[in-house]
Amino acid sequence: MKEIITKDIRSIGFGVLSPQKINKMSVVDVVTPELYDTDGYPVQKGLMDPSMGVIDPGLRCKTCGGNLKSCQGHFGSINLSKNVLHILYISHINDFLKSTCSECGRVLMKEDLQQKYAERFEKLMKEHNLDGIRSLQKAITKKLRNIKICPFCEQKQPEIIFEKPYSFKKNNERLWPDQIKEWFERIPDSDIKSIGYDPLVIRPEWLVLSKLLIPPIILRPSITLETGERSEDDLTHKLSDIVRVNQRLLENINAGAPEIIVEDLWDLLQYHITTYFNNSLAQIPPARHRSKRPLKTLAQRISGKEGRFRSNLAGKRVNFCARSVISPDSMMDINEIGVPKIIARELSIPERVTEWNMNWLKEFIKRKEYPSANYVITNEGKRKKITDETREIILKEIALDWVVERQLMDGDIVVFNRQPSLHRLSMMGHLVKVVPGKTLRIHPLVCTPYNADYDGDEMNLHLPQTEEARAESRRILMIKNQIITPRYGLSIIGHIRENILSLFYLTKNLKLSKEDATDLLIAAGITAELPKPAYKEKGKELWDGKQIFSMLLPDDFNYKTRGKILKDNKIVHGDVIIENGQLKQGVLDSKMIGSEGGEIIQRICTVYGNDAASDFINKSNLLSLEFSRKNAYTHSFYDIDISDEQKKKINKVISDAEKEVDNWMKKKNQDKITALPGKTKDETFEAYVLRELSLARNKVNKIIESNLKPDSTLNNSAMAGAGDKLLNLSLMSGFAGQQTLRGNRINFGFSKRTTAHFKKGDLSPEARGFIKEPYGKGINPLGFFFNAIVGRDSFMDTAMRTPKSGYMQRRIINALQDVKVEYDGTIRDSGKNIVQFVYGGDNIDVSKSDGGKLRI
Amino acid sequence: MTASNEPWIIKDLPPEIAEEAKKRKLSEKELKELKNRYQNIQVDPGEAVGIVAAQSLGEPGTQMTMRSFHFVGVAEMNVTMGLPRIIEILDASKTLKTPAMNIYIEKSHYKDKKFVESFANRIKQVTLSELSKKIEIDLGTNRINVLFNMDRLKKDSIKIDEIAAALKKQLKQIEVKLFKTSITITYKKDDIKKLYRIKEKIKNIYVSGIKGISQVLTVKKDNGEYMIKTYGSNLKAVMNAEEVDCLRTITNNIHEIKAVLGIEAARQAIVNEIMSVLSDEGLEVDERHILLISDMMCKTGKIKGITRHGITKEKTSVLARASFEIPINHLIEASSIGEEDQLSSVIENIMINQPIPVGTGLPDLVVSMKKQVNLSKESKPKAKPKKKTTAAKVAKAKTPKAKTKALAKKKK
Repeated sequence: MKEIITKDIRSIGFGVLSPQKINKMSVVDVVTPELYDTDGYPVQKGLMDPSMGVIDPGLRCKTCGGNLKSCQGHFGSINLSKNVLHILYISHINDFLKSTCSECGRVLMKEDLQQKYAERFEKLMKEHNLDGIRSLQKAITKKLRNIKICPFCEQKQPEIIFEKPYSFKKNNERLWPDQIKEWFERIPDSDIKSIGYDPLVIRPEWLVLSKLLIPPIILRPSITLETGERSEDDLTHKLSDIVRVNQRLLENINAGAPEIIVEDLWDLLQYHITTYFNNSLAQIPPARHRSKRPLKTLAQRISGKEGRFRSNLAGKRVNFCARSVISPDSMMDINEIGVPKIIARELSIPERVTEWNMNWLKEFIKRKEYPSANYVITNEGKRKKITDETREIILKEIALDWVVERQLMDGDIVVFNRQPSLHRLSMMGHLVKVVPGKTLRIHPLVCTPYNADYDGDEMNLHLPQTEEARAESRRILMIKNQIITPRYGLSIIGHIRENILSLFYLTKNLKLSKEDATDLLIAAGITAELPKPAYKEKGKELWDGKQIFSMLLPDDFNYKTRGKILKDNKIVHGDVIIENGQLKQGVLDSKMIGSEGGEIIQRICTVYGNDAASDFINKSNLLSLEFSRKNAYTHSFYDIDISDEQKKKINKVISDAEKEVDNWMKKKNQDKITALPGKTKDETFEAYVLRELSLARNKVNKIIESNLKPDSTLNNSAMAGAGDKLLNLSLMSGFAGQQTLRGNRINFGFSKRTTAHFKKGDLSPEARGFIKEPYGKGINPLGFFFNAIVGRDSFMDTAMRTPKSGYMQRRIINALQDVKVEYDGTIRDSGKNIVQFVYGGDNIDVSKSDGGKLRI
Repeated sequence: MTASNEPWIIKDLPPEIAEEAKKRKLSEKELKELKNRYQNIQVDPGEAVGIVAAQSLGEPGTQMTMRSFHFVGVAEMNVTMGLPRIIEILDASKTLKTPAMNIYIEKSHYKDKKFVESFANRIKQVTLSELSKKIEIDLGTNRINVLFNMDRLKKDSIKIDEIAAALKKQLKQIEVKLFKTSITITYKKDDIKKLYRIKEKIKNIYVSGIKGISQVLTVKKDNGEYMIKTYGSNLKAVMNAEEVDCLRTITNNIHEIKAVLGIEAARQAIVNEIMSVLSDEGLEVDERHILLISDMMCKTGKIKGITRHGITKEKTSVLARASFEIPINHLIEASSIGEEDQLSSVIENIMINQPIPVGTGLPDLVVSMKKQVNLSKESKPKAKPKKKTTAAKVAKAKTPKAKTKALAKKKK
């Protein structure tokens, strides 16, 4: 048995390195800026000194003897010939300078006061009240800044001026880092405590660098180009600059060079070390590569979207995943996913060998074709690939506690995901169904939660690799357990498009012969006996479509809600009634069985459970598919063709509206319009015109609505909520209407007119983007142009919105990510502060509720 | 339903459901069933309600419009709606793009159109530049002459000495002289530059009405009541007016609500504002999510925006703060006071590849480490070591007693 390794990180501390610590960590003192000698070997005491770790496979580390994998690298250091300020702590240095005495180094406070503050800081630290510490620090330094005489040595304090980016002036004389360091060394430990710093963690003189730590080589690996040339990392470049200047400075000091040269070099060293820490500071020109590209130094490595935090620590790359184009398969179970065989062969699931499954697992290893095994892991933890050569040996050796990585098979649970992963329904568990081809297949009805379509969308597949993960995927992530969305507590999975239309037709007033009825039921997988026929006509037994649909419902299902019913051959609002599993009255539409809130699905889910709901969706899907297979429907020009009488009426409405607008234009020309509050006269005019035109739209909608063709698919589809809307019909057969841009008519282009086809100052409807013709008849080129303007604007709107809402979501997630329900039922954040006592006031989980409520 | 049984079952239900149950006069059996169902739909301990709330608001954000304009009537106020408004609320920004108020009139007058309209005109802020024909500097005498539009003054029934009083009150170090149709203003010091600045200033001096209310609009509601919609907002001053029904009058400026009515009102205002934007867009989001977000913003007693300066700054974990924005600053600050990250929330544990303390990662096994090792040695043929990491964690769990309690509670 493998030894149990117990590693558990409980906390991570932060602090500042002292020169002593740097000494301890450092394995080599770097003195030469050269990296390699003429033979291509790394130079001793250079930046690529092999005692700082290895980056080439096969070599051994000079310090620890490990190879590329086992050696994690060792730090080196540079002895700086002159002290240099740490740029990232420059504000802290400023604070220290201004709150301590330039002579004796004491904090400019009487001892009793110091004691008092030190105690306060200690108390705050115990409470982990970091905000309190910071604000108290700020307050104290602000106070000390104005104290001009030291209470201890009674020395008058000099005026310290901080000149960005990194120089200080004391009484108008440059204060060099060496002097600062001396000054800081005089500050006693006890005084540091009184301004809120812990002398064990940070001593002010540590912020003035006398020694620079050099990161191990593996943090800045060089890459060998195809030409055999070596290309160094940005950090190495920067470090070699530092070493070079440092050496020059040392030589000059030793040679007794004039002060001005030494000081220039000193400043240059300060610049290089500053840009080594952060190369994107204001007021400092960024250090550049030979190709003029700014170098990526320490701060740039950490921050930003591509930085260490967001790219490597908060998000990680994974194995055991797949990605491919998705395509539909409506004959599958909604809980399934079709995984192509070529993907299934590559992905594997680890199975631990026990005495009960050993023979079963051996079969996998034996098999060469598809459900085979890829690797075994011995009980020593060695991974062995199964090939034709090793197969026999492994079969002999295999013992208890080995792990066999068998290939993905039907019935395994996998996690499926589509980006952008905006809500938890963007990652759900599916059961594998291995299929031919190269695309991943999902059921069309689960497109809604993923927000997927099949126009080339790609999705990701992940295999949970532990028993716990698989159990959780089944119990929590699986589709059937996610039917109810946590956003508003209604079913998000339900029927879409032609499925709704089919069930609409089926339950409208359809009479089915025995053959048709049984065909439908068999397709849905129902083998129960047919109920008594509802009608008898000419000696033939006929069944009602409602009866057939009712076969899918549980026997004791009772429900009554507002919906649509058929009355005098017209669809009107009414009560949909289900009694004892029988649909007594009502026509099914998207409100009843559709996605995003289908009431019947929702009801089944809450009363009979997730399994029943997913079963119902599957069966009704198959039923409606069979129905649409038998009763084809299509849109045609017939749908949008309207009678001459209607056309006349519509034309009248449009010309009336134009007359009204003419009136307004006359009024405007005579300056008779009184401005509405908050609007100019022109704006008022525009508002009235827009109102006239939108009234015309409403009138035309009514005309179209009053005379619908009962046999038009478009009409029925609109009634069922299967995609079409009556407004679409009105646009196609009525008129296309006013094209509004950001709430206004189109009013730009040429000076005082939209296009050259109009007179200047023409305010008539057509000149400002009003389209008289319906889309069905075809619109004129000008109308087409106006339509394109609006289309382009809405496209732009979408393009600008996506990143904005994405950033908003990132911010909310970040702010609320650790808010959770505690065992005592309270809602707390990561600091265990109570946010709510009872979740939402009633402790109801929206994703388990009935539209956010408990229905009695 | 027996009377003796009523309290204990009803008591366990949330008030709204209990009310409904009482109304329907459910039998004891039905009540028990109801209570059972209520227990089944409660949140589980460990449920990451914060993330769910964030997603529930973020996901519909992609469907929102940047600008929504609906022109039902001609006279409508155009206030910021849609995604920009949501972002504005969450940022807790102090200056709104379109501050606005809905002012309701006290019951005795609210159906009196004339009364409401005249009140609306009275509260509207009137600036000096609106009332004057000319504002100019007389360089010879170093004075500013303001010539008034007397018709306008009569219409609004404003007297010149009122204007002078307002000027004196709002600007210091000036002297005002009154004439019949004009006033002259002299600055006490002889400084032409300053005089020019004052000239610009007095243009925006408000003379009458309520400061901040730049436009008013009287609207008739369905029940025949008249109310006033305004651009610009000044809740305190408006609520002080006698004609106003303070209970219903609101502003969309959350900071003002906090200042006038307190943090609890502000919390509710955030919820109402977000919910109204969402319902305008036709998006359905459960109120609980918005409540949680609002509670997070208001939990400290101040309104904290969901930005790096607001809620995120308050987090206890260095790494969580650093992973959001400006990591360098957070790391430097943390090191300067020797902060220690207790790894108590989600993102830090993701960083170091440990189970996160949320959802199914929350419960720990309460078994002492030694026993666990012995067990696995004794029962070797059983194979399958269960959860290595859990065992380790348990061994180090700070207060085993507390954990036992917690587990027991969960079982319950």
